[in-house]
Amino acid sequence: MTLNRNYELFNKDTRAIVYGVQANAIQRMLDFDHTCGREVPSVAAIVNENKAGWHKVFWRGQEILLPMYRTVKRACDHHPEADVLVNFASFRSAYKTSLEALDEKTLNTVIIIAEGVPERYSRHLRQVAKEKNKMIIGPATVGGIAAGAFKIGNTGGTIDNIAESKLHRPGHVGFVSKSGGMSNEAYNIIARNTDGLYEGIAIGGDAYPGSTLFEHVMRYERNPHISMIVVLGEVGGEVEYEIVEALKAGQIKKPVVAWVTGTCARIFPASIQFGHAGARADGERETAVAKNAALRAAGAIVPESFDGFDKAVRDTYETLIEQGKVRRVPESIVPRTPMGYDQAVAQGVVRRKTNFTTTISDDRGDEPLYCGIPLSSIVENSMGIGDTIGLLWFKKKLPPYAARFIELVLVLVADHGPAVSGAHNTIVAARAGKDLMSSVACGMLTIGPRFGGAISGAAQMFKDAVDEGLSPEGFIRKWKVKGVNIQGIGHRIKSIHNPDKRVELLKDFARKNFPRTRHMDFALAVEKATTKKKDNLIFNVDGAIGVLFLDLMDVLGFSPKEIDDVVQDGGLDGLFVIGRSIGLIGHYFDQKRLKEGLYRHPWDDILYSLPSEEELG
Amino acid sequence: MARKGIREYRAKHILGRIIDGYGSELALIGPGDDPKALEAKHPWTKNRKLVVKPDQLFGKRGKHGLVGVGLSATEVVKWIEDRRDKPVTVSGITDTLTHFLVEPFTPHEREYYVAISSHDTGDSIHLCADGGICIEENWEKVATLRVAQGERLDEGMLLSRCTEMFGDGDSKVVAKFVADLYQLFVDGHFTYFEINPFTLVSGRVAPLDAVVRVDDTASFEAEKIWGKFEMPVPFGRTRSKEEAFIEELDAKTGASLKLSVLRPQGRIWTMVAGGGASVIYADTIADLGWGAQLANYGEYSGDPSAELTYHYAKTIIDLMTREKAAGGKPKFLFIGGGIANFTDVASTFTGIIRAIEEMAEPLRTTDVRIFVRRGGPNYKVGLERMRALGEKLGLPIAVYGPETHMTNIVSLALKEDRP
Repeated sequence: MTLNRNYELFNKDTRAIVYGVQANAIQRMLDFDHTCGREVPSVAAIVNENKAGWHKVFWRGQEILLPMYRTVKRACDHHPEADVLVNFASFRSAYKTSLEALDEKTLNTVIIIAEGVPERYSRHLRQVAKEKNKMIIGPATVGGIAAGAFKIGNTGGTIDNIAESKLHRPGHVGFVSKSGGMSNEAYNIIARNTDGLYEGIAIGGDAYPGSTLFEHVMRYERNPHISMIVVLGEVGGEVEYEIVEALKAGQIKKPVVAWVTGTCARIFPASIQFGHAGARADGERETAVAKNAALRAAGAIVPESFDGFDKAVRDTYETLIEQGKVRRVPESIVPRTPMGYDQAVAQGVVRRKTNFTTTISDDRGDEPLYCGIPLSSIVENSMGIGDTIGLLWFKKKLPPYAARFIELVLVLVADHGPAVSGAHNTIVAARAGKDLMSSVACGMLTIGPRFGGAISGAAQMFKDAVDEGLSPEGFIRKWKVKGVNIQGIGHRIKSIHNPDKRVELLKDFARKNFPRTRHMDFALAVEKATTKKKDNLIFNVDGAIGVLFLDLMDVLGFSPKEIDDVVQDGGLDGLFVIGRSIGLIGHYFDQKRLKEGLYRHPWDDILYSLPSEEELG
Repeated sequence: MARKGIREYRAKHILGRIIDGYGSELALIGPGDDPKALEAKHPWTKNRKLVVKPDQLFGKRGKHGLVGVGLSATEVVKWIEDRRDKPVTVSGITDTLTHFLVEPFTPHEREYYVAISSHDTGDSIHLCADGGICIEENWEKVATLRVAQGERLDEGMLLSRCTEMFGDGDSKVVAKFVADLYQLFVDGHFTYFEINPFTLVSGRVAPLDAVVRVDDTASFEAEKIWGKFEMPVPFGRTRSKEEAFIEELDAKTGASLKLSVLRPQGRIWTMVAGGGASVIYADTIADLGWGAQLANYGEYSGDPSAELTYHYAKTIIDLMTREKAAGGKPKFLFIGGGIANFTDVASTFTGIIRAIEEMAEPLRTTDVRIFVRRGGPNYKVGLERMRALGEKLGLPIAVYGPETHMTNIVSLALKEDRP
């Protein structure tokens, strides 16, 4: 369909470029397209000054990608079929971007949504548009709509309202107003009292709009699809008098139903400014009362008050029907638009299965919750790392001694010198120039059955023994028969005569604070037996941590199932991981500060024992 | 919100940009300033003859005896202290004097007039060789030069007009000044710049009085010319506690909340959504002959939260239920609005409903009849809740949707009554 630019701005093939990633407005335009039965989306492209690429939207039930360009020019170069720019630029940049748009040969209509464009700029834009024979709608407008063809941005409200106001198909009424807020109400009035809107434009509330009420009225007069014209003017300015003059001169032959709002100004003190910048009468001529009277005198149908506006519209339309000048548009079925998921949720009409579950923390509210407790309350009550571990690992509020025990464990395992595998690997990686994350991970990944893993192992063995009610001797025998060392027993250097200080600390703490220590008591009985055989088969630090943790869970009332879970899922390795990461990070920083170079292991520390060529055969 | 008056002090300060050596000998004494500190803070006022006048966006100060001329600094201090915080009535508008402009007294003979205004097809420069007079009454002496939108000021034409009006002696200086002023007017997004009068002192322009309005939407471009300051409140716009409260709420949100109390004794109160619709409701009330009973004007829009609509509604209901209407007549509250674009009707009504619930008793005792009309997203839910509220509280709440013409509730409510 070609556009008759003498009177048409939009038709069912009109395509637009939208300046600004107004996701909702763009989606609403496309949803409207669907209700009109458009074949092609009305939005051809988006201008996003920050980023070129793609923007995802729904087209009917499916998602499609709309291209995004950084400048109006690029968008126009790629989409010469688009002749409308819907400009959502802010009041700061609306002028500049609209000027750019007016410069593009392919664009004929520019709609400026922003409120607060400086007057002087609006006036200049209007002049440029006139010179180039282009149309500006706005600034400070919601836009407008060509029923059943093209919708600007947010005009017309929700899809339900589009259908209720019959905007999905053209009727016979042309409408123009200043106010965008009232346009929806006007479409409702028109839908209820006539066969519906053909086109509606809100020119915006500024003092110097890009196009005037009069210009659109004259366009409607020339448009053969429009049978009657409805105008909603406003106090302030003189533009309604242009309509008056045209009526008097017989240039407008179609019936015009008009109302100028702001008749109440006469009962208001002068200092009240209505919502719109232009809504202020300078002199009697610009008052709503004077303009209504002039329009009425010139032959427009002007009710006594807005209360009679609907009747005036209805009577005018019915007269046209009687005169045979209009034939009612038959009603059609409005295609259903799939509802957006968010909206459906808000209305409570859908539910969906979740793919994830969490029972320990929630980040959706004003502040994060750790196992139901707000972060602020954790801080206010001086809860520490131990308490936090209690909440997030075990979902328990720990008594102070338990939290302190956990912190004691973390301190004890925080580091064990540079020679152990974790620290060593971290140091080598740091010296190879790797970042903190990689270096620490490098060390961390050595934690397992041989390094640090004895805590879990010991806990498992001693737990089973106590659960089964074994005697210390029976326990030692059981593992001896299997040929397996008891985890948590034995030390490379320390012995019964040279005890491990860390183990002493833990034992002391437990004796002073724990109500009972069943597992430790059993382990110490085992130690008594093993050290008789060899003086370094002592209860070591891994054993002490593992076994005392069993006692802790026991006195805290963990169920047997919960204790099993903690032990089997490596909960105790977790303590070692957190504690030791402190040391590993320390080693990383230490190496960086020392600016140590790449580590290369010396040859003389390696036994080179390769087979000879002959041996290979 | 577009055209705003600025203080003469600011305007003259700005003129310093185009008049060499002008603009520093100006003082503004506001509510926070001690007039006694005048000499200490502004040493140029010592041993000088001075002029003092209120600087609150109203004119005709000379006629009202509100200009002190040729005073010493001590006399200026007394002049201010005698008048500050006291009410005056100028052209029927009463307000308190709070701001005073102090500047050096300029002895002079000739007084000239210049004003530049902006309108939809361009700008106009008005010139007159007799300044200081009431210019509206002497308009035939004024020459007007028009600069159409998109055109430049014809400086040759300006000079020849100045020569005709001011004679050879001053015309060059005046023409140069007017040309500079016009450039300033354009660059600074002024909408009105009147200097009435100015004079020439040793070949230099000396502005004596100025009335200036700016396009405040252009502040992002023109603040570099204006300087940074808060737009002054127009003379006579005193606000009640309730109006100030709503203004505060409005300033804190992206939504819009406006309230002006017109007649606290009025029997008709409105709480209308949308700037356009609120005017139309007020129109209809006035057009049906009830203007004298309209108590307030205001609007809420832009999807305000339920918390905001609660405070807004509570403020209005509180105001309207303080006294019974004379003669035992009922009062009316119109909770009106058109069909919202995207404002969630149910959610904005939640706040209003809360306010009505809290104020049920005063609403009953002052015989308030509530009429509701609204459409838009979720309107059915919102209207249903209003209806249920009326039944629950036993209050007369009549509820209508988009099927009823927007302003119909006004005639429905008032048909049984008389103003």
